[in-house]
Amino acid sequence: MYKPKMKLTTEQMSILEGKQGETKAKIMETIVRYGDIFDAPELVKVTHGEGHLVTSFGLSLLKPVYRVMDQIIDAGLKVDDGFTMDPRPLDTENVPYNLLDKFINKKILYGAQDRYEEQLTKVGLKNKDAFTCACYFNEVGNKPKKGDILSWAESSAVNYANSVLGARCNRNSGMIDIMGSIIGYVPKFGLLTDEGRKASWKIIIKTTKKPEPQILGSVIGIKVMEDVPYIVGLDKYLGNELTDDVCSYLKDFGAATASNGAVGLYHVENLTPEAKELGDKLLLKDYKEYIVDDNEMERIYKSYPVMWKNKDKEGQLAFIGCPHLSFAQLNEWTDILVANLKKHNNNKLNIRTVLCTAPGVKEEFIKTLKYQELLKTGATLTCICPLMYTSNPLTHSRRLMTCSNKLRTYSMARFYKIDDLVNELTK
Amino acid sequence: MKEFKGRVLAEGKYKGKAVVSHNGVNTLATFRSSVLAGKKKVVCSDQNNPDLYGKNLTGVALCLPQTIGSTTGGMVLQVVCSMKINPSCLLFSESIDSLAAAGVVLSKVWEDSNIIVIDRLGKQFLDTIKQDQEIEVKEDGTVVLL
Repeated sequence: MYKPKMKLTTEQMSILEGKQGETKAKIMETIVRYGDIFDAPELVKVTHGEGHLVTSFGLSLLKPVYRVMDQIIDAGLKVDDGFTMDPRPLDTENVPYNLLDKFINKKILYGAQDRYEEQLTKVGLKNKDAFTCACYFNEVGNKPKKGDILSWAESSAVNYANSVLGARCNRNSGMIDIMGSIIGYVPKFGLLTDEGRKASWKIIIKTTKKPEPQILGSVIGIKVMEDVPYIVGLDKYLGNELTDDVCSYLKDFGAATASNGAVGLYHVENLTPEAKELGDKLLLKDYKEYIVDDNEMERIYKSYPVMWKNKDKEGQLAFIGCPHLSFAQLNEWTDILVANLKKHNNNKLNIRTVLCTAPGVKEEFIKTLKYQELLKTGATLTCICPLMYTSNPLTHSRRLMTCSNKLRTYSMARFYKIDDLVNELTK
Repeated sequence: MKEFKGRVLAEGKYKGKAVVSHNGVNTLATFRSSVLAGKKKVVCSDQNNPDLYGKNLTGVALCLPQTIGSTTGGMVLQVVCSMKINPSCLLFSESIDSLAAAGVVLSKVWEDSNIIVIDRLGKQFLDTIKQDQEIEVKEDGTVVLL
């Protein structure tokens, strides 16, 4: 049996010893070993019991995941408070696929999707619409409170929960998320501690206009990697209240810090909960400084490689909404697209465009007149993860466009600034 | 011969080639294409990592500061180890990050993997080691540059 370095309670020790079954013992061993690597002194209770799992795709090759799931089901274990998931990979109604795509996706690439969703239901999936990377949207409802301890893994959701909601969660990996949720404990280290939430970087924003969130997040993520940044000067553009628009900005900004670097928590002076409460006391003594101005933003933007075979050709398919768009963003994007089509004397977008949002948000948005306006542009609205569209190797030769730095990082999609993307789509 | 000593997270012996990334290794972006295609060897598919892009990573000692990127990273490492196309060693100059740590633990507990993992080898380790250099890894966490 594994000998833990951390201090365990009698109950935790008995689980590790196998007194509640072999599978539960292996789950406990996984969580304890994980914590021991970081010298965690103990396990702490997960106080926001609703889980969120990052692995939502039934890729045929993820056999170890399905094997572990079967072991969990056979042992009669589940997440008591249920969980939400990252987005589903496929939507044949609202995303363009050719016949070969459909065959490869359904029969080969995501051939295990149905089986995997059956497994997920047995271990606590909340419902058939619980698939989004932005589970904290009000329309979805998996929204932790300040100070809650979580066992989540989705990088953008962890980043948002820590930074905007003030909850506490480490940047866990897929599989650790469900194991912590089942066992009800996570190791106390890193972002779960007061010290681990302090910033080792002071980022000074000196741009001449409100920086585009996906580029600013990338700039900061690349610089600080896994460290915690304390950002000053951004409140000048965002204000001091976490309005819907500001939360949407921070969602996109945070996702870029997490995917272009490994940021699990950031503080924005005078805006995010802990920064409002503690101010620059959040800065560690020997913090480093980094100034972000227009030149630095442009330098990083220009460093993004264009992976298209023919860089001079026009794009073929645009994805907007990685992470998933909020209700406020759907309204904003519709207005932008409609206004720019009008400016160019066009009725329809000239490039196939797919907007991505959470099922709960879509359900609300399609009730509005704005949705009809969006449909008239030729755009469609889906709830898939656009990254999973790009898992099909046939898509690698397609000229995909995006304003998401997360999608750019993990695919061959070309990154556009928002204004440039809108211009390409509507001209 | 230069030697570096780190913390042993998963012990083992290795003698062979080192592949070096001076920047954080994005696990998903690095392994994704090879895993999805069910390849017998990993060829790094991370367009943003000029040190590793296009290089074989199976059976080598991957030397890196930390891993970065998507939090599927640990699970991806578990899958790579389960497919037995993993690097033989992961040699971290810094303290291991939470995603790689999860991957190592998942691989050990659920896949019985024999991947060797050493961290805290120091910045000088990455500054000194050369791409494709022959190295020896000892069970006590010593890495010898041959």
